Amino acid sequence: MAAFLVKRLLQAVFVVIAVTLTVAFAIRLTGDPALMLTQGAGSVTEADLVKIREGLGLNEPFLVQYFNFLKGIVTLDFGKSFLGGTPVSLLIGKALPATLSLAFTSLIVSIVISIPLGIKAATARGKWADQMIRILSLVGLSFPNFWLATMLVLLFAIALPLLPPSGMDGFASFILPAVTMGIILTATNVRLVRTTMLETLRSQYIMVARAKGLSENVVLYKHALRNCAIPLITFFGLQFGGLLGGIVVVERVFNWPGLGTLAFDAVGARDYPVLQAVITVLSLMIIGINLLVDIAYGLVDPRIRTE
Amino acid sequence: MASSRSASSNFLKLEFVLGALLVGVIGLAVLFSGVIFPGGADKIDLMSRLVPPFARPAHLFGTDPLGRDVLARVVAGGKISLLVGFASVAGGVTVGVVMGLIAGYYRGIWDMLVMRFADIQLALPFILLAITFIAIVGGGLANTIILLVVSQWVQYARLVRGSVLTLREREFILSARAIGVKDWRIIVQHLLPNLIGPVIVLMTLNVATNILLESSLTFLGLGIDPTIPSWGGMLAEGRTYLQTAWWVSVFPGLAILLTVLGLNLLGDWLRDSLDPTGRTSV
Repeated sequence: MAAFLVKRLLQAVFVVIAVTLTVAFAIRLTGDPALMLTQGAGSVTEADLVKIREGLGLNEPFLVQYFNFLKGIVTLDFGKSFLGGTPVSLLIGKALPATLSLAFTSLIVSIVISIPLGIKAATARGKWADQMIRILSLVGLSFPNFWLATMLVLLFAIALPLLPPSGMDGFASFILPAVTMGIILTATNVRLVRTTMLETLRSQYIMVARAKGLSENVVLYKHALRNCAIPLITFFGLQFGGLLGGIVVVERVFNWPGLGTLAFDAVGARDYPVLQAVITVLSLMIIGINLLVDIAYGLVDPRIRTE
Repeated sequence: MASSRSASSNFLKLEFVLGALLVGVIGLAVLFSGVIFPGGADKIDLMSRLVPPFARPAHLFGTDPLGRDVLARVVAGGKISLLVGFASVAGGVTVGVVMGLIAGYYRGIWDMLVMRFADIQLALPFILLAITFIAIVGGGLANTIILLVVSQWVQYARLVRGSVLTLREREFILSARAIGVKDWRIIVQHLLPNLIGPVIVLMTLNVATNILLESSLTFLGLGIDPTIPSWGGMLAEGRTYLQTAWWVSVFPGLAILLTVLGLNLLGDWLRDSLDPTGRTSV
């Protein structure tokens, strides 16, 4: 187990270094921040530019800058926004909970829909209910998430003014974005639940449970579902990256004050410290979750460790 | 058991027919858009702005705020989506299969490079990679395609590498090596034909994924130039008129949905036809 842990940790550290290096290097390629900062500021002398570069630490060699950037990640100091000079960590601190709470609600919506549907598909394998669910899941996979969001706004905020079309303000504002992401996630999750359930239903303890005369619902939801939990939690965990990527886009439609909106505003304004911080924070979260999922899985299932 | 097997083979046929019909009809319409709509997608007619759909036979899907025909624009916009979808997959599969063959057959440093690259790719959602990339080099058709290739070749490389690792220990490969067949001949004549099936399935599904990704990027203003008609670009424009002209936002999205659904149906059908045990299906 120790060897597995060390190997997996080293792998994660490697990915963190690769991702942060790429981000830091890529951001440097985008141009001279001193020039961007002084755009439209009237007469700017070369001496002013040098001063600004020194202030930002840009006169240091790239590796020194990179280590400062890494130090910043650890101390949660991502510098200041080019716009208005707000500390970037403050902006992230406001946007991160908005994105995470939406991710969490979407996951719950999807689990609530996909578990009963997936179990139904598995028990009706090859019958028309299974095939209907399969077609529905293919349709769900084919939706552009931002268009599904737009259509839900059109239906439930404009045609029937029941829900707020945008912004984050109370429970009602969560419904449309969470349902959008929930539907998209459900499309994959239904198939995962179905496959896992089919495997489980073949096991002997299910036969025993049925032979004991337990009701079908007890067999499915108590005995079988519990044993599906580990692989399902793994799959849901590994989806986290894709989920965040989707939310970033959907936030745009709903004007959701999260990391996606922050990132796109930063691209538009060429506010690179903010963009760099958003990308770093999102990737670190995904790497962290993947690592946790792998370790948890290795703890529970010894076969994984030797792979 | 026999009845359920014939039911699922009927289902497969249905998947194929539906998928082929959707992709075929949309593909032909897009290909011959110039013949069907000789007026073109950009003809501005300020006298007939915001005509609702199905109100006039000349404008079946209505018109946009500049009086341009929505149906003509949807059909013309398909060119971008299909071009990006197919070109990016062609690029990705070429790079990925070559890298996967090298990594799986020769192992060593190549193998390590491919697998570490895959780790990085897993940790970065596409949209983040896209934002960074486009913030640096800018959007546009060519850059969007390159971005998709860069982000996707690893999928093919991993798939091919996995198959090669098992195939290279099989008797027919070992005996070919034993009698001194050259490496490149083993790769081209013996390995490739044995691993092409899953690659084709992945290609079909990825054309669908890439059409979705391109439309998201363009919708966000990071992809194709907004002056060229494209499905994502039309949806971005339509957002402004959502309250007054729903049809400007509905039809381009419906076009994406049906095209991607057609490709997904074909991919699903292919996967099950090539692998009846369903081992690879999730």
